[in-house]
Amino acid sequence: MSLRRHHDMGGLAAGPVEAAEHDYAPWEKRVDAIVRLLSHPSRRHLCVDELRRGIEELGPGVYDELSYYERWISSATNILLEKGVITVDELGRKMAAIEIRWRNDRNAPP
Amino acid sequence: MSGHDHHDHDHHEHGLHDHGDGKGAVHPHPRQPDTEDSPFNDRMVMAEAVGELMIEKGIFSADDLRAMLELIESKSPADGAKMVARAWVDPGFRKRMLDDVLAAATELGIDAGSIPIRAVENTNRVHNVIVCTLCSCYPRLLIGLPPDWYKSRAYRSRAVREPRKVLAEFGTAVPDDIEVRVHDSTADLRYMVIPRRPAGTDGWDEQRLASLVSRDSMIGVAFAKPPAR
Amino acid sequence: MSARFQVGDTVRVRQAAPPGHVRTPTFIRGRTGVVSQLMGAHANPEELAYGRPGKPEIPLYRVQFRQTELWPDYGGQAADSAVVDIYEHWLEMPEGMS
Repeated sequence: MSLRRHHDMGGLAAGPVEAAEHDYAPWEKRVDAIVRLLSHPSRRHLCVDELRRGIEELGPGVYDELSYYERWISSATNILLEKGVITVDELGRKMAAIEIRWRNDRNAPP
Repeated sequence: MSGHDHHDHDHHEHGLHDHGDGKGAVHPHPRQPDTEDSPFNDRMVMAEAVGELMIEKGIFSADDLRAMLELIESKSPADGAKMVARAWVDPGFRKRMLDDVLAAATELGIDAGSIPIRAVENTNRVHNVIVCTLCSCYPRLLIGLPPDWYKSRAYRSRAVREPRKVLAEFGTAVPDDIEVRVHDSTADLRYMVIPRRPAGTDGWDEQRLASLVSRDSMIGVAFAKPPAR
Repeated sequence: MSARFQVGDTVRVRQAAPPGHVRTPTFIRGRTGVVSQLMGAHANPEELAYGRPGKPEIPLYRVQFRQTELWPDYGGQAADSAVVDIYEHWLEMPEGMS
């Protein structure tokens, strides 16, 4: 029996380390910034331990499917919902509005 | 496993440039994502939405967010390299850095945040390597955001199991008579490596020495660069 | 909370597999190492992860393991080691020692 969890990967077999890198996109830095602001001692709306717990609880499929900062924002958002800092309804409305805004912009002339 | 990494990299290479100059990230109406080259996805929308909601609720301000983004942008391996170069030329500083990286950083006017960072020093007997097997902990407040490979399944899995092979993949051959010591930062501390000072650099000033200290040498997957011929 | 172990002590990582957020990776559980450094006391991240205060603080240790202790078929050198940060509640005296 093993309760080894998906993120606990030290020592497992894996392929070669690929040295490829990318420059972080603005939205990724934004996620980093949001998490740092929320975990600042003056706010404490989430702590890094909660963030990590939330990432681990995404489950194996999602964990590997999402990129690093996608995992971060998914976990941080879940924690904000759990704590009642935001509601599902307001998040949903906000996301829908942003999506429409971005899609419209796409068709806008440069 | 590496398939996932491919996915990761591809995904990022087509990454979103929605906020253009970076300032747009906190603008109420950011410039559109370039959806032809780089379609946005739900998580990018989520990141935008959560940030806007936090600002609307007064949990932090748009200025706070902008300032934090600037702080993140300002961090790079150069600060760590500066500290390493100072440690090479100043034994007192070296000792203070080994005792307390954050305090030593302030001596050079560097604010490396409040999460404790420990420096581990390479010698003629020990070569240190840093990994975080459970997560991807990294001294980002000193040397910036980690490279993709540091967060990859391959590195996190293998660095503790076959470090010499992993180092070899980076072109780093540690002699057999030097202990390879892997540090897994599972807890509340972050780690950085002080690489060995390359031979042939006698009399060099700190700035010149710092140019030899790569990010990878502070993670421990590389040596400091040898001086160019 | 005063530290139960000192630098140089031989310690064993508990062989345990609790569900939930833990900071002791599987690859060192049940393995024996030597305390190389005391890192002060810290709020318990396994509690912080669930929104609780994590008090009292728990001593944190750096424990050094021989790679050959962790991996019987280790392919590197005998002197190679791994150092892992471990909270005290994950450590115990090895059997036969007191």
